[in-house]
Amino acid sequence: MPDRGTASTRGARAHARAQAGTEVPYRPTVPARDAEIVDRDGEAVDPTRLLWDEVVGPGGEASKVVPRGAVVRLVDLTGDACANVLLYNASQPVERLNVADTVKVQWQAYLGPGSLLLSDMGRVLATIVADTSANHDTLCGASTLRSNEARYGTGAASGPCPNARDRFAVALAKHGLDRRDIVPNVNFFKGVRVDPDGALRFVAGSEAAGREGAGSVVELRAELPLLIVIANTPHVLDPRSEYSVGPLRVSAWTGEPTVRADPEWSATPEAARAFLQTEEFVLEGTTR
Amino acid sequence: MNGPGEASTPTVLYDEIVPSRAPWSHVVEPGCTLRIIDVDGNQAVDCILYNADDPAERYSAPDTIVAQGNIFLVEGSQLLSNEGRPMMTVSATTCARHDTIGGACSRESNALRYGFHTRQQHACVDNFLLAHSTRGMGKRDMTSNVNWFMNVPVDPDGTLGIVDGISAPGLHVDLRAHMRVLVVISNCPQINNPCNGFDPTPIRLMITR
Repeated sequence: MPDRGTASTRGARAHARAQAGTEVPYRPTVPARDAEIVDRDGEAVDPTRLLWDEVVGPGGEASKVVPRGAVVRLVDLTGDACANVLLYNASQPVERLNVADTVKVQWQAYLGPGSLLLSDMGRVLATIVADTSANHDTLCGASTLRSNEARYGTGAASGPCPNARDRFAVALAKHGLDRRDIVPNVNFFKGVRVDPDGALRFVAGSEAAGREGAGSVVELRAELPLLIVIANTPHVLDPRSEYSVGPLRVSAWTGEPTVRADPEWSATPEAARAFLQTEEFVLEGTTR
Repeated sequence: MNGPGEASTPTVLYDEIVPSRAPWSHVVEPGCTLRIIDVDGNQAVDCILYNADDPAERYSAPDTIVAQGNIFLVEGSQLLSNEGRPMMTVSATTCARHDTIGGACSRESNALRYGFHTRQQHACVDNFLLAHSTRGMGKRDMTSNVNWFMNVPVDPDGTLGIVDGISAPGLHVDLRAHMRVLVVISNCPQINNPCNGFDPTPIRLMITR
């Protein structure tokens, strides 16, 4: 073992403390208010509103609780991210994202600007308020140890090709949840289309954008307090034999939930009822 | 025991009618086959599978459709768990295809789809929760499901919906178990869309070895 001056406790302490500030490409900004964020109107976001800023590396995972009204921005930095996302009502996590209800209630399998992400209690967890990608997936879920072993020869979360499911399990455990709480997720920046015969067709982000896809942005508006869990792992239908996924930047700041005057509220009769059921829950909360 | 040249006849272990609108759950042992019979035709049968020895492992629609590259369940489809293991195989079906992306109806989603006047109507999620409640399980055990005999096409622009069924009286689907599977079924009570022909009817369930 090389001599790093760590033979003594004092030496080890000095060695440990000297490491802070090491430059790495994938990390959170702490405190988040040290990040510089420009909103989609081109205005700098007041640093006191910033809740989260993190670059999630290939194969990585991140989770956060954000308040109702928060804006959560996902940026596909290089055009090759795949944000596997689960959402829970942070005030009662037994209520969670339901992709089947999300597509069935909106009569639409493909997510895009204005789409709602619905819970299993008929409420809006989040509204997609901005989306320059519109190439996402509600059907194919997340990789497992077995699917990654079959594709890459290895899939352990501790190895070079982490699977999304185990990433989810670890993140959820830190919020008191477990593998039973992993439900089908959505994937942002990697799309799937259904052919008339039911066949699933993978669409890479760059293919859909007709360009590199780098810098594609999705912004979610939290309509309830949210636990957000993200695994940035290759899409299960990604045909490449190498474990390939680009970095993902996640930022969040405080904001306002959708109100009656917003176009999203009244976009469809189903949306209006979903926002009313969400409002009903928020009103219940005021009595607790 | 079968003599030479005689076809082996499966032993019937279970044969019951599940009333319209009712839940049902039962463990199917490995090697056994569950037959679901759409007695009167166009009756959606919502179904979740659990590893009976570790219910945290359960049916996964995404893993299942990714592995076969197609959203429709047909003869030969393997029903995979959330850990990617085969739970059951569609060993035979006389209904051409079945759905697994449409989810289960709930009072909460019915309110969104049809209006608040439906919120006190019975629904599949309530059936599942009732079945779970008798087995020490609960809402955290809700997950993706199969809708046997239900028809959910996806148009080229992504529009999807529950449309008129392609089943008929007496059609059936056979599911061969690869592990000890707890099968939980909701005989769908939905009356606001065509999944049950607007008239929920009984189903017949048989388990054979």
